[in-house]
Amino acid sequence: MSDQHPDKPTVTTASPASEAHPADHFSHHVRRYLFVFYALLFGTIITVAASYIPFGNRAINIGVALFIASGKAFLVAGYFMHLISERKMIYGILLFTAFFVIGLMFLILLSYGDFPLNTVRH
Amino acid sequence: MEILPYIVEPRQDTGLYNAKVGIWLFLASEVMLFGALFSTYILLRVGSPEGYWPHGWLNIPIGTANTIVLITSSITTVMAWASCKMNQYGRFKFFHACTILLALTFVGIKSYEYHDKFMHYSIKLADGTIADGHFVEKSKDFDLEKKTGDFTIHGHVVDLRNKQGEELQNELKKIYDLRSPEGRAVKLEELKFEASQIASMERYGPWHNTYLAIYFTLTGLHALHVIGGAIVIGFLWGPGSRMWKTEHERFTNRIEVSGLFWHFVDLVWIFLFPVLYLL
Repeated sequence: MSDQHPDKPTVTTASPASEAHPADHFSHHVRRYLFVFYALLFGTIITVAASYIPFGNRAINIGVALFIASGKAFLVAGYFMHLISERKMIYGILLFTAFFVIGLMFLILLSYGDFPLNTVRH
Repeated sequence: MEILPYIVEPRQDTGLYNAKVGIWLFLASEVMLFGALFSTYILLRVGSPEGYWPHGWLNIPIGTANTIVLITSSITTVMAWASCKMNQYGRFKFFHACTILLALTFVGIKSYEYHDKFMHYSIKLADGTIADGHFVEKSKDFDLEKKTGDFTIHGHVVDLRNKQGEELQNELKKIYDLRSPEGRAVKLEELKFEASQIASMERYGPWHNTYLAIYFTLTGLHALHVIGGAIVIGFLWGPGSRMWKTEHERFTNRIEVSGLFWHFVDLVWIFLFPVLYLL
């Protein structure tokens, strides 16, 4: 397969960002993506390994696993989804979302005292 | 006059093309959807009686392999987008073909896991003990209502009768905590039961208990997202790729937007994996 599309016309780079990112510049990005990929693989292995370590309290195991998962999520969101250098509007949307998700979690905490007994089927 | 302006060029006020704003608003709603289900999981888990919330019911090596599959699909997705930016059609086609294959692999592995659960039985025996294990075979005349025939599983029997306190907790671990020393020490064997010995039996489906209900809900919804994302990526890889030569920048934006959705699907799994498989 040819690397260049046979009928490909001259690319019209409408986005200023595209003009500022020629192929060699993207090679630099590609190296970063690969680094993030290896970090995610490493994070996955660490998550599994940590789950076998008896920290003495399951809450600590949960905390460690979620901490590593948060690190992996940061890498995916920050680099693969480009949130590390995004426009203000996207940050605004995410700020609203974070507010409501955190609010949702607090509502759950508040309702914990009212959790009806013997409703969890086992 | 364009009906939908800014499908390629960024708007001056937001600095973004329309589809990008759209996908992020959609992802925000997705965060709320999964956030609601995660908070449901937390509430159900902390509300579970001591010793009854399952641990080790899911195969960790298989879950790890599926995590790696999804992470790999994320890098192939971003590489496909980078190939569009670098105007490398062949590389774009290759990387997105990999993404589609990895998505199918993920769904295939997940289906295998679901099948494993649906072949797992919890059998309440007439004497009050519980047999737990995977289906092996049943006689042709097996009928629980008519009490005819026999049913064979590869599993073990636990006796929760007349047990309390620590003794009960240790016995419970043989079913509910398969990562505990008691759970790991269980010896599985082929067990054949006459229908007359069986009081009731149930598969490990979403109806079996609360853990499996939230497990199937969370992973099922996630799998639907994987399938939906794969269909979109498949379209952009196949017939949709015609836009490469007609409107290259717009096509690249489509790849970016579908990629953002795909990374979100990966992001959700990054939390689902430890929560359901490891903790």
